[in-house]
Amino acid sequence: MDLPVLWFGLVAVLWTGYLVLEGFDFGVGMLLPAARDRAERRVMINTVGPVFDANEVWLITAVGATFAAFPDWYATLFSGFYLPMLLVLLALIVRNVGFEFRHKRADLTWQRRWEWAIVLGSAVPAALWGLVLASLVGGVPIDAEGEVVGSVLTPYGLLGALLTTSLFLTHGALFVGLKTVGDIRVRARRWALTSGLLTVLVAAVFLAWTVLGQATSPWPAVPAALVLVGLVGGLAAARVGREGWAFTGTALATAALVATLFTTLFPRVMVSSLDPSWSLTVSGSSSTDYTLGIMTVAAIVVTPVVIGYQCWTYWVFRKRLGTQHMPDAQLVAAGRR
Amino acid sequence: MEAVDLARWQFAITTVYHFFFVPLTIGLSALVAVMQTVWVRTGNERWLRLTRFFGKLFLINFILGVVTGIVQEFQFGLNWSEYSRFVGDIFGAPLALEGLVAFFLESTFLGLWIFGWDRLPRRLHLMTIWLASIGTVFSAYFILAANSFMQNPVGFTVNAERGRAELTDIGAVLTNPVVLVTFPHQIFACFMVAGAFVAAVAGWHLLRSSRAPFDGLRTTRRQADGVAVEEDEVRTWRSAMRLGAVVLLVAGLGVLISGDLQAKVMYDVQPMKMAAAEAAYETEQPASFSVITIGSLDGERELFSIKVPYLLSFLATGDPTAEVEGIRDLQEAYEATWGPGSYAPNIPLAYWTFRLMIGLGVAAMGVGAAMLWLTRRGRVPQGWWTTPALVVLPLLPLLANSFGWIFTETGRQPWLVFGLMPTAAGVSPSTTVLEVVVSLFAFTAVYTVLAVVEVRLMLTWIRKGLDDAPPPKVLEDDEPLTFAY
Repeated sequence: MDLPVLWFGLVAVLWTGYLVLEGFDFGVGMLLPAARDRAERRVMINTVGPVFDANEVWLITAVGATFAAFPDWYATLFSGFYLPMLLVLLALIVRNVGFEFRHKRADLTWQRRWEWAIVLGSAVPAALWGLVLASLVGGVPIDAEGEVVGSVLTPYGLLGALLTTSLFLTHGALFVGLKTVGDIRVRARRWALTSGLLTVLVAAVFLAWTVLGQATSPWPAVPAALVLVGLVGGLAAARVGREGWAFTGTALATAALVATLFTTLFPRVMVSSLDPSWSLTVSGSSSTDYTLGIMTVAAIVVTPVVIGYQCWTYWVFRKRLGTQHMPDAQLVAAGRR
Repeated sequence: MEAVDLARWQFAITTVYHFFFVPLTIGLSALVAVMQTVWVRTGNERWLRLTRFFGKLFLINFILGVVTGIVQEFQFGLNWSEYSRFVGDIFGAPLALEGLVAFFLESTFLGLWIFGWDRLPRRLHLMTIWLASIGTVFSAYFILAANSFMQNPVGFTVNAERGRAELTDIGAVLTNPVVLVTFPHQIFACFMVAGAFVAAVAGWHLLRSSRAPFDGLRTTRRQADGVAVEEDEVRTWRSAMRLGAVVLLVAGLGVLISGDLQAKVMYDVQPMKMAAAEAAYETEQPASFSVITIGSLDGERELFSIKVPYLLSFLATGDPTAEVEGIRDLQEAYEATWGPGSYAPNIPLAYWTFRLMIGLGVAAMGVGAAMLWLTRRGRVPQGWWTTPALVVLPLLPLLANSFGWIFTETGRQPWLVFGLMPTAAGVSPSTTVLEVVVSLFAFTAVYTVLAVVEVRLMLTWIRKGLDDAPPPKVLEDDEPLTFAY
């Protein structure tokens, strides 16, 4: 097997893992203002509390794998998307600190400030990852030296940002529905249906644009169809109260979206809007077969173990949470719990 | 200023800041694991309370290490894209492995540890903190292997056609002589920080509780298995303080020994850095080590100096009478190899950071030893100097870590990868001065605010002291959680 092609696929898998997992905790973060009161916000935060940090390691690994397997792709992507990446970093910083610091003091102002840090820190990367991934396909001004010269904002990229934002809102709402009990569970399904309808509309336009306007082969139509199947199926399941299936639907839609973008992209890794021959390609930007071989062995040995213990974590924290399960916030903030 | 200078400042600021949190994460995760192990094995609840107390401080510190670490991984691409293109084939793999092998372990099991007190059986819960702690040590190895390649490139060949370095021997990269000595040096240094932190925090509480009236602060009443228990906090804090001080001293010894080995490897692979550490312009045989020097700013002329004869020769080679090459001779030799240009780093910076690293580390060991002596057989020192000494103690090894890294990274200059790529050649060509200024400003502002919040929160939680919660038990269905965010 051609190792660069394999690693193109593995990078796609890592992004899939990242967006399916962190996608729901971005969604939960963005939905905090929809909660009725502080107790509900607390329940929502605790549905993702044990896992959000581990979800984010999928990003660290995806970026690390891109660096290792495709140094030219990594270099062009990060230097080219300088300001979006800066915003992603700042957002992730305040968001993660917010999760960890919010409950450390009981006073309202302190907690509200960190809640807003979580809301904004979730919304910004949810949108910007959509912008970045769509722009890989839609093209940015890459010159003959492989450097991005000029703006990376395009209508297609912005539509991608809108799509991931609304998709993760839906995905997160369904996660809240799946992990809570009581009134919030019922309302979370309603949030999912509302944002889900918007997502279907945006997805339809974005996917049509991708398959008809960007793709150079008919293959991306298959995962693109799966995005819509996942979304529509998921919303139908949510309507009849089957949260597990509904969440599976949006997870499938997220994975299929990544697949659509990466199959459209192949055999390129970043499209140049200036001249097609300046696009970065899988073979032109990859590392040596020696490096890729070592990475392949490591990935084959370690990834199943990682997936295994992450699944176990979700099993350990499988119980639904409600406001009645929350310990006294004063005691927690006083360090007595 | 040009983009390259700003990019260097940004890397320096974000990396030094990141490394304020890393040593405590690595060292304290293991110490908390040890405390919890003692509790699980002996059932002595004193150690459970210490586990929870230091565990909370650990987490406040940990999250900042995580978020500032993501910046590092992105930064090679943001500001140093030419560097990334040139060494990605070699440098990227340790970074990817760090995520795959170390960070997944660390983050997943830490999540299980934080929220798992009332969901996992005791031994399984104990395992989670150990696995997280092992993850932090793995991560140190991978990132140090990557850094060691920059100090002493091995296991590669340059592909002139692609204009990049390519990996030929991963074994050589992972067993680089530099990483083999840097790894123990760094891990021991992390344990110095953690030991000093535990000793200082527990020592402060020891003083406070021992001064309190016997039935006041000094005892806590709590319920254990339905029976009211009164416990003397003095004993608890004394155990923790002595544990911290012993760890500090043992780790300090490890730092000294590994540091000595490291100096010999450094003289072997980067003699210029050794010469800069001594500001030795002339080759000397035998070479002396100056403890302190007052001289001209560039270090070329000295006015006053305290010297230890033979010491530099011994540090660099193990032989007290050996010749140690000076900056002028090395400059000549380097010019012969790589052409005209200056090959010396910033000499005063190298000279002083090297001394501050050693001096602060040794001072920390001195304070640790004094603490053990002054608290022997139930004693508690009462002088006015006790509190200031305890406040300063954790800062000594922490700053020694910072100065050590500033020394080793600036001492490599003007190279980004020694002998292969000058620093100025690694910067992103398309990145504008404005972009770097904006990000430099943004990071500095956010980091400053977070530093203030972090220190205040840390102090608040240090003051709270030990909790009086009952020992954890696995919850029945639908019971409220004992802990939540």
